[in-house]
Amino acid sequence: MKQTVLEMIGIKKSFSGIYALSGIDFNLQQGEVHALLGENGAGKSTLIKVLGGIYQPDEGTIKVRGKEVKINGVPAARENGIGIIHQEIVLVPYLTVAQNLFLGREIETSYKTVNKAEMNRRAAEMIASLGVKIDADTLVGNLTIAQQQMVEIVKAVSFNGNIIVMDEPTSSLSNEEVEQLFQIIGELKKKQVSIIYISHRMEELFRISDRVTVIRDGMYVGTKKTSETNPNELVAMMVGRDLESFYTRDYCDMKKAEVALKVEELTQEGVFDGISFQVHKGEILGFAGLVGAGRSEIMESIFGARGYTSGTVYLHGKKVRFKNPMQAIKAGIALVPEDRKKQGLVLGNSVSFNMTLSSLRFYMNGIAINEKKRKKVVQEYTDMLRLKAASPEIEAGSLSGGNQQKVVLGKWLATKPDVLILDEPTRGVDVNAKFEIYSVINELAKQGIAIVMVSSELPEIINMCDNVCVIRGGKLAGKLSREELTQEEIMKYAAGGVE
Amino acid sequence: MIMIKNKKKPIILDNPVINMFRYNIGIVAVLLIMCIIISFATNKFLTAANVVSVLRQISINTYIALGMTLIIILGHIDLSVGAIVAMSGTLTVGFIVNQGLPISAAILLGILIGVVTGFVSGFVVSHFRVPAFIITMAMMNIASGIAYVYSGGQSTRITDDFFAKIGTGYLFEVIPLPVVYMVFLIAIVSFLLNKTKFGTYVYAIGGNRESARLSGVPIKRIEIIVFTLSGFLSAFAGLVLCSRMYSGQPSVGNGYELDAIAACVLGGTSMSGGKGRISGTVFGAMVIGIISNGLNLIGVSSYWQLIIKGLIIACAVLLDVQKGKIRNLKKKKAVNNN
Repeated sequence: MKQTVLEMIGIKKSFSGIYALSGIDFNLQQGEVHALLGENGAGKSTLIKVLGGIYQPDEGTIKVRGKEVKINGVPAARENGIGIIHQEIVLVPYLTVAQNLFLGREIETSYKTVNKAEMNRRAAEMIASLGVKIDADTLVGNLTIAQQQMVEIVKAVSFNGNIIVMDEPTSSLSNEEVEQLFQIIGELKKKQVSIIYISHRMEELFRISDRVTVIRDGMYVGTKKTSETNPNELVAMMVGRDLESFYTRDYCDMKKAEVALKVEELTQEGVFDGISFQVHKGEILGFAGLVGAGRSEIMESIFGARGYTSGTVYLHGKKVRFKNPMQAIKAGIALVPEDRKKQGLVLGNSVSFNMTLSSLRFYMNGIAINEKKRKKVVQEYTDMLRLKAASPEIEAGSLSGGNQQKVVLGKWLATKPDVLILDEPTRGVDVNAKFEIYSVINELAKQGIAIVMVSSELPEIINMCDNVCVIRGGKLAGKLSREELTQEEIMKYAAGGVE
Repeated sequence: MIMIKNKKKPIILDNPVINMFRYNIGIVAVLLIMCIIISFATNKFLTAANVVSVLRQISINTYIALGMTLIIILGHIDLSVGAIVAMSGTLTVGFIVNQGLPISAAILLGILIGVVTGFVSGFVVSHFRVPAFIITMAMMNIASGIAYVYSGGQSTRITDDFFAKIGTGYLFEVIPLPVVYMVFLIAIVSFLLNKTKFGTYVYAIGGNRESARLSGVPIKRIEIIVFTLSGFLSAFAGLVLCSRMYSGQPSVGNGYELDAIAACVLGGTSMSGGKGRISGTVFGAMVIGIISNGLNLIGVSSYWQLIIKGLIIACAVLLDVQKGKIRNLKKKKAVNNN
């Protein structure tokens, strides 16, 4: 049996009388990758914040290498060798990698000036020791998100971190970058560093974790060896019941359906090139590919949110070119954007505000907004999407990720689209909300809406789509029909295995 | 789903009356405390005549601050308002006295000049993405320059009765006309901001520009309308001010932009955009007006008044930031359970 480096016993934490954590047990062994799994709101983040010294637990003990410790702040966490890689990167973009690594503990020369050369040398060593290839002298702002994340990891390790927490580290990485991350995790394991790995993505857990602990509603559900469990069992543990079938899809007969949207040779120089496809009423057309392949850009161009140099778009057989999103919306196209916080919602405003923002023209009484009609619509989509919000007037930013995504979906459904473009519709969404979103998408397709779904989650592409376009480097690398869809097949095209 | 089970106190924003006070609680408290202190210091403060006079004094700043509120909610700033007051006022009076234009024509022309100035700022901001701070600072210089060039730096007296009525007249012989305009303008701008598509879009652009763009909000059009409106309100303020002073003076609007911004900020409008209310701005303008009125009555020198005014603004904003911090903390705690 390996040495246990961290033990959390009976951790309880409440906020204004409500328990966010009601007795969580967790232990971590040396050199293992221990996945922490739970729905949004299950208490994962709270638990991690307790570990990182941001919150103080009401009850329970934390032992590091068998010794009981009090973690009463971020420095205390650091002293105990705990490093947390947050979902949002907290590096300074205008400083170099080395400056970031040594921020607050700069190496000085004998004249009390900063010894840049020495810092660069030491930083390069630190980076190389994890098998990463990043120049210590480049500005962090010029690095990709994945590289920045690696810098964060290097930083955490450099504080003698031997317990590293990664909070959804792959949420904004492409598949290729995920591979790099996994290599680093491998390196860390070799160095006997223990890792707590939080992720929603089941396949990842099965690839890299040794054990999985599931929590639900702030309670400890159980710990399993990854090699002795399966995704269905874990999902059942997370949601507290069996999920009969996760993906709902009643396939349509496309031979009868008419073409709703047709795109020919769409090109924007340097971004995407010669993209042609068509989608029928009731069809779900998937767009697979690596992040950065140009999928979102293609969709934005169709939607009028960015330009294109050449090519034609036909909507219901008629040639169209939208100068701005407003025209596209009026013509019956909706785009649920990739990043709901940056592009989808006005977080500080209410659910009702957000849900009706794109469809206000339907509820006008002269120049005044008809609040009754507006309320009715909000209610309609709240019910349809099973949105859990205490009130339509609650701030959208206070909802969980899944519910925020439902608000965005509601907003676009309220515009009554014929063509619905979904860009990563279930990113950062918990299992239950995912399930609900899938069944709504299926329902919409059944009603005859043509759906284009850009997604980096291969399981949802494979299980939801009638046809799939794979984009690589801005070009259409391949088209697959439902019968041909397998993970391997898609990746072959996406990563460039076949020409 | 778990969120609901936990019965967290949600941030409910739906009762307008309760909200008006809850939202403005800090500034209303400051206002009351000030009134109490001043009325203890002098018995001239709480007289009908003085209340009317305070309302008249704050009206000009309020017109300008109404436009400024929309601009700040959009996430911009307008430094040209004070200069527009001076330019429109000086030119209007000049057109009547020097050019012999009919009064109505001169007034229309004066207002139009303000409207065009605002439009130009809005156009440049929205189409060329020039920071509003820069372009409106340029417009401030241009407008102020025009006022000085036209008048040669001299003030122009106007003796016309009708013109004087605009700013000095009364409704029912008790309510000064500037106060009537103020109430009217508050009602209109509140309606626009809270009840129309336009107002919703203003909040959306200020709250999240990218999201607004993808939601089909006509950003450029809204920005131009808001800056034009601000220009209109400033020009109108210039007209009323000149009428009250029986003269057009190129130096009048100096610093008005800062009073208007102060009113907005005191009223809780966020300088980073997306948040703010007309009611808050009106309370803010009242605080600023009552500070000078009260200090005048007490007999504090105008030099000291500057210092005191600065301190009160700083304190009020600090209070507001603290309130925001506490609210955020609570919210964070509520959200962090996931």
